[in-house]
Amino acid sequence: MKYLDEFRDSALVQNLAREIKKTVTQPWTIMEICGGQTHTIVRYDIEHLIPSEITLIHGPGCPVCVTPLEMIDKAIAIAEQPNVILTSFGDMLRVPGSDKDLLSIKAAGADVRMVYSPLDAVKIAEENPDKQVVFFAVGFETTAPANAMSIVEAKRRKLTNFSILCSHVLVPPAIRALLSDPESKIQGFLAAGHVCTIMGTEDYFPLVSEFNVPIVITGFEPVDILQGILMAVQQLESGKAELNNPYSRSVHPKGNLGAQSVINSVFEVANQTWRGIGEIPLSGFKIRKEWSDFDAESRFDLGHIKATESPLCHSGLILQGKLKPVDCPSFGKECWPEHPLGAPMVSSEGACAAYFRYTRHEEKV
Amino acid sequence: MKNLSCPVPISTYDKVLLAHGGGGKLTHQLIQNTFLPILDNELLRQQHDGTEFQVNGNRLVMSTDSFVVQPIFFPGGDIGELAVNGTVNDLACCGAKPLYLSVGLIIEEGLPMADLERIMLSMKKAADEAGVQIITGDTKVVEKGKGDQIFINTTGIGLIERPVHLHPDQVKAGDVVLINGTIADHGICILSSRAGLEFETTIESDTQPLNGLIDAILEVCPETRVIRDPTRGGLASTLNEIAETSGLCIELDEENIPIQEEVRGACELLGLDPLYVANEGKILVIVPAESAEKVLIAMKKNRAGKDSALIGKVKPSPASTLLIKTTIGSSRIVDMISGEQLPRIC
Repeated sequence: MKYLDEFRDSALVQNLAREIKKTVTQPWTIMEICGGQTHTIVRYDIEHLIPSEITLIHGPGCPVCVTPLEMIDKAIAIAEQPNVILTSFGDMLRVPGSDKDLLSIKAAGADVRMVYSPLDAVKIAEENPDKQVVFFAVGFETTAPANAMSIVEAKRRKLTNFSILCSHVLVPPAIRALLSDPESKIQGFLAAGHVCTIMGTEDYFPLVSEFNVPIVITGFEPVDILQGILMAVQQLESGKAELNNPYSRSVHPKGNLGAQSVINSVFEVANQTWRGIGEIPLSGFKIRKEWSDFDAESRFDLGHIKATESPLCHSGLILQGKLKPVDCPSFGKECWPEHPLGAPMVSSEGACAAYFRYTRHEEKV
Repeated sequence: MKNLSCPVPISTYDKVLLAHGGGGKLTHQLIQNTFLPILDNELLRQQHDGTEFQVNGNRLVMSTDSFVVQPIFFPGGDIGELAVNGTVNDLACCGAKPLYLSVGLIIEEGLPMADLERIMLSMKKAADEAGVQIITGDTKVVEKGKGDQIFINTTGIGLIERPVHLHPDQVKAGDVVLINGTIADHGICILSSRAGLEFETTIESDTQPLNGLIDAILEVCPETRVIRDPTRGGLASTLNEIAETSGLCIELDEENIPIQEEVRGACELLGLDPLYVANEGKILVIVPAESAEKVLIAMKKNRAGKDSALIGKVKPSPASTLLIKTTIGSSRIVDMISGEQLPRIC
């Protein structure tokens, strides 16, 4: 398949791995931001292809993992009300809230539906004028355009029964927060290619110069990841800190201007809480006042819902790259995909789920 | 960076979830923790696609399956054809010649009579093609909204005529794994013909009777270890079950697993792993390595096996594990699916 097979090519992968080995002279720690990249790394066992001097740590780029517990509780509270259809992406349905998840309340009779696009939720709203249809809109910059578009589209169709429960996060402020942490060991980043496809590359230059850290905008296939690691290591070894964009087949420096324009018309940047990490200044999107009719938080009475997280699992440390999933004392013991203690074990982009699915045989051998 | 968080665990489900019917881990748990302890008997413990029992020295097999697919008509088939082929294939996978079927219909009030007739004609055609007779049936009609057009149960009886013993516990290290064609066609066909997913393909379901193909395999290789049809839960679930029962490791070679480009594209787009997507006309065959070539030749001669391929081998360790060698040469575990993200597919 074009654009896929050549980026999973065994010979190319081996060449890049050899090149990395030739370049490395000392230990380096690199974080890949996106959960999709984590899954490729674990699925293709890339950690064993590269020299042991390089430590890859897995970043917070799993939208389901960083959605605050309180928002999940709010989604559940909305779905439990009569005459409501709650829609979301599949992964979101299985994430545990304070005492239940969306799939369990679906089994108990709530109308919870998985959709592939927020525009499908708009269609559901159009077909069910007597029901309130809510889309649980989570994600990074990548899903923001479609989520914003769903509101624009609902307004165009004059729907009064559609709203979104918005929990949006942004990558560059998270990188800033990670680098500002005095305990941070991160020396280079593989930035998330799809986020840059939407937003462009400009926001990353200040991070590179301020923290003197190489950032490589990286895709999601094995060749992309190894290329990203190679470019980061080449910079580190030569003492440089630059922004590289080897994912130029998808990322234009200015990003997707049409997508940015719809985002900016519906959302504004705001402080955002990240599950497991805490509040990061100006790291999320909230719905602008002029669109508040489509904001589920103003449509439903949710103010009383406050969730407190209990310190049973270590998902916060994992999301900040301070702990590897396999080093978590609960991993595979009290915590597995059907019995998740934390969201990283649930989501298809979660680091714990990646390790659980693809690597357990190592301990069995 | 404060407030390191953690959600509260949800340990058990007090209600049945869709995933309990998904053919993955929760289905497995339901069988092991609820059904087997209550209904336990020696025959039930065989836990195969069907159960073998003896009557006057004859080796008989009985199998049952229910079909709730939506939509009921889809590219390449319909619920009626699926219901006949499903039970025929389960009997054949036990090494039996399928003989007779029963049909139980649960119809939702309002189903167009023309649709019902179309489904019956399709069942008759599938039964004729497989060489089985439908000899008894039952009809129930439920109120509008209490069903989803039509649900069909079929139960079948077959006779084992060859000296074969097909069971996962017959699998030995050194054996090889064969498949009779491309994977994930049925699941992706159903997914793309569902309302709500704007997704146009020409992918057809692979539903077909496999008793002829299986008979051809057993004729050239009576020492065949096991034959299973990887329906719900796909290759990954079926091979995990075999690995678990045999206590051995099955290692697949990703590069050799046949898959249509269109199906692969759809899986990439939707974020699905084709190893977990349902098939309706595929079998996994495990045979001794020395028989691989003659079995592969016999399979390729059959209409239902022209794209057959050798896709993996059985190794002694790691025990009870399914591995896959990726296209870049590394190896990873293929776990049993843990949830159900797909619509009803069979």
